[in-house]
Amino acid sequence: MDFSFLKNYYMFFLEGAKITLLLAILTIFFGVIFGILLALMRISHNPILKTISAAYIEFIRGTPIMVQLFIVYYGLSFIGITFPDINVLGSSFPDLMAGVTALSINSAAYVAEIVRAGIQAVDKGQMEASRSLGLTYFMSMKSIILPQAIKNVLPALGNEFIAIIKESSIVSIIGIHELMYNTDMVRGNTFKPFEPLIVTAGIYFIITFSLSTIVRTLERRLKTSD
Amino acid sequence: MIKVIDLHKNFKNLHVLKGINLNVSKGEVVVIIGPSGSGKSTLLRCLNKLEESNSGEILFKDISVTNCKNGINKIRQDMGMVFQNFNLFPHMTVLENITLAPIKIKKMDKKQAEDIGFKLLGRVGLSDKANSYPNQLSGGQKQRVAIARALAMSPDLMLFDEPTSALDPEMVGEVLEVMKQLAAEGMTMIIVTHEMTFARQVADRVIFMDDGVILEEGSPEEFFTNPKNQRAQDFLKRVVN
Repeated sequence: MDFSFLKNYYMFFLEGAKITLLLAILTIFFGVIFGILLALMRISHNPILKTISAAYIEFIRGTPIMVQLFIVYYGLSFIGITFPDINVLGSSFPDLMAGVTALSINSAAYVAEIVRAGIQAVDKGQMEASRSLGLTYFMSMKSIILPQAIKNVLPALGNEFIAIIKESSIVSIIGIHELMYNTDMVRGNTFKPFEPLIVTAGIYFIITFSLSTIVRTLERRLKTSD
Repeated sequence: MIKVIDLHKNFKNLHVLKGINLNVSKGEVVVIIGPSGSGKSTLLRCLNKLEESNSGEILFKDISVTNCKNGINKIRQDMGMVFQNFNLFPHMTVLENITLAPIKIKKMDKKQAEDIGFKLLGRVGLSDKANSYPNQLSGGQKQRVAIARALAMSPDLMLFDEPTSALDPEMVGEVLEVMKQLAAEGMTMIIVTHEMTFARQVADRVIFMDDGVILEEGSPEEFFTNPKNQRAQDFLKRVVN
């Protein structure tokens, strides 16, 4: 194996990793927010909200992420949503937003199911005690139920975050210059189809391993009250 | 203080409360006793709308509990509740458990809420546990914290739903002691319990429920020495011996 291409091309990997990280951070952020929202809709007593959430989750989980990505990529402009065409770390902003949107839409469905399971695992007495003090349903959710629910499902959420990082490689097909896209460029430019992939796999692993370490540390910290 | 008029409650086909009428005045301590499944906990939970009643009316300080649309949170602030399983918030310290509602709802500043918290912890004899987490406490200590938590909103009425039923026998006394003290200070209380000796000591009025109806009510002396209802007599015979 010959890795001499690295001295000329290492910046491609670093720039790609930056975009991959940016995608992952934004996706986790929006995925968690919308996921919690969907979970709350799913467990609400309002049949309309419940049905919308259930249908959304089933649909997203039942269709390939690549299809979702293309639907969002072409759909956003189709329904008239456009983003200013500026350059972010070498990628076009509209493409990046399409990628983040598609990944977030996808991730929210999985996060919703994880969070719902977590909420339902919290003892019913917790909500009753909180409501009996005069807190509203949403105050109780925010201060009492969700902190315990999230703590319960932190390992599952960690898995989902790792999946997001890996799946973000799919947005290379809409031309976002993330890690996978740049890897292909290096492979093409150097006529080495194999070695750059090893480098890329290593980078993905470093990112995901760091993340799972962070999640594990967080888990341990939150355990102090158990 | 609180008035219940012809209250009915169904769980699916099960008719749990069949026309309850009850009137509790300020400062009164009412103890509800009766066999399991008689509807006494359900009645208590209807009072602060943790259970939705099917018909009838509940008035708390002349405000309807049963027909309030959005006012229930306001009503609950003045009605403390203590549960069989404590239901302390495990992710918060003892002090945070107590100060949560005053800070969130009464918008009290943290310092002031903590002062109240420490005072209440002193009253229930747990000043040294302010920074402990609930899982570091014994059952009796947990329940005393739960009482302090409910008192932090300075309620006008306290509801106790079998507060000692989940406790080891040696811890029952410390919780009952706090409740006695509370009664002596003039708190209006409605207590569902199986502690007959305690009921006799602390109650101004005893209510005996079975099968969703109130079968007998009266002073503890009257009720425990000379119950008139046949089922009350049978029940007392079973629990006293």
